[in-house]
Amino acid sequence: MRTTLRILQYEWKDLLRGKWVAGYGIFFLVLTDLLLRFAGSGANVLISLTNVMLLFIPLAALIYGVLYLYQSREFVELLLAQPISRNSLYWGIYGGLSVPLTGAFLVGVALPLTWHGVWTSEALASALLVLGMGSLLTLLFIGLGFWLGFAFYEDRIKGFGFALIAWLVMAVLYDALVLLVIYVFGDYPLEKPVLAMSVLNPIDLARIVILLKFDISALMGYTGAVFSRFFGSAWGMVAALFCMGLWWSIPLWRGQRIFTKRDF
Amino acid sequence: MIRIENISKSFDRLEVLKRISLQIPRGQATGIVGPNGSGKTTLIKMILGLVKPDEGTIQVADKELNGHFEYRHLIGYMPQIARYPENMKVRELIDFIKEVRNDEAVFEQELIEEFELTRELNKPLRNLSGGYRQKVGACIAMMFDPLILILDEPTAGLDPQSSQRFKRRLEHEKDKGKTILLTSHIMSEIEELTDHLVFLLEGKIRYDGSMNDLMQDTREPHLEAAVARMMEENL
Repeated sequence: MRTTLRILQYEWKDLLRGKWVAGYGIFFLVLTDLLLRFAGSGANVLISLTNVMLLFIPLAALIYGVLYLYQSREFVELLLAQPISRNSLYWGIYGGLSVPLTGAFLVGVALPLTWHGVWTSEALASALLVLGMGSLLTLLFIGLGFWLGFAFYEDRIKGFGFALIAWLVMAVLYDALVLLVIYVFGDYPLEKPVLAMSVLNPIDLARIVILLKFDISALMGYTGAVFSRFFGSAWGMVAALFCMGLWWSIPLWRGQRIFTKRDF
Repeated sequence: MIRIENISKSFDRLEVLKRISLQIPRGQATGIVGPNGSGKTTLIKMILGLVKPDEGTIQVADKELNGHFEYRHLIGYMPQIARYPENMKVRELIDFIKEVRNDEAVFEQELIEEFELTRELNKPLRNLSGGYRQKVGACIAMMFDPLILILDEPTAGLDPQSSQRFKRRLEHEKDKGKTILLTSHIMSEIEELTDHLVFLLEGKIRYDGSMNDLMQDTREPHLEAAVARMMEENL
């Protein structure tokens, strides 16, 4: 534990000095501020922010997770040659990566929300939920990046390629796929298959959780509407959160298994 | 000090080490030589626990490596390619390794001065030349006064003066009774620094014995000629 914290601490210090984590935070800061200035009230802003967040966070976190592993290969080897356990190192690297990235997102979004007074409005709970989902997506997709990165440690192009494909499928193509399924199998009862499909995509799950909170079924898409009807809002949210928890822990655990067993 | 028994290792279908057994004697310097791809680095990485053998066992200080990590308190390792987080300063890296190891850095100041790192301490590692990074690596490997030093191509990238200093330091460590394991492509360096030689060829041990015996057996004036001759005989 002590070693993990040391690694985490040094790494995030190192990353904060690299300018692009700051750039990432500034991106969210400028975006949120502009939305609050020009897009009107709290709920509208939060929904627009959610849409950008659902596309951008998974991409940044995945690429960041994979790239960092490839860049720090020799450093990981040097640390593995020190008297520390592989588990400590794995969690240290994961924490050292996810803390600054999550922090940059949180600060970037929270600051404009503060100076525009959103915290005191009735949108407070929704704003907190958006921040929470953004953080969870960051943690989840860095974990997924770790899994892909360590699974294809020797073949960077493959690791990087699969990360991009994973993002493309989950963030962009998935809705089209669901629509296609609905269109082709429109004559059959589809609630359960569509429910199952949405559980297979963490980005979809995050969208459902947030939109269930806002209770705007028009924006939920088919999967969200089904989710809402199937579970009712509160249970729907719990079920979606549980599935996201699985999405967070399983890739991270697989990554850890590979890391502790592989040759360096 | 280090006992290796019947070690084999394959990467995909390529057999890198084939049932190797050897002992690295305590308190001596052992040189591992061999052409590119002969398995030197893999062997070193196995001793460090970075690579796990397909079969066979390795013991360090009479303890079998079995996923343990504590034994690495005994080892100082200097890798072939010295690359570190770019934004980290030299001072921070040294402090970081100190904290991670939790060992006393007995020779920290002495080595920083010896390798002329004082002026570099506050520079980020990305601004350091390859040679200076190598010196930082040497400093990290030696500052905890470990019983075993494992050095993979340590003088590659060092200027002649630094290389000389490094070698003197190594001799000094040897005199203190350290067990040293060294790989190098520079045969004169191996000849100068080591007492014991392991020659790897295509994943097998072609020679394992004292340097003097080898020179006498092959009747060659230099190690380079002796090694070249062994390679020819193998063809």
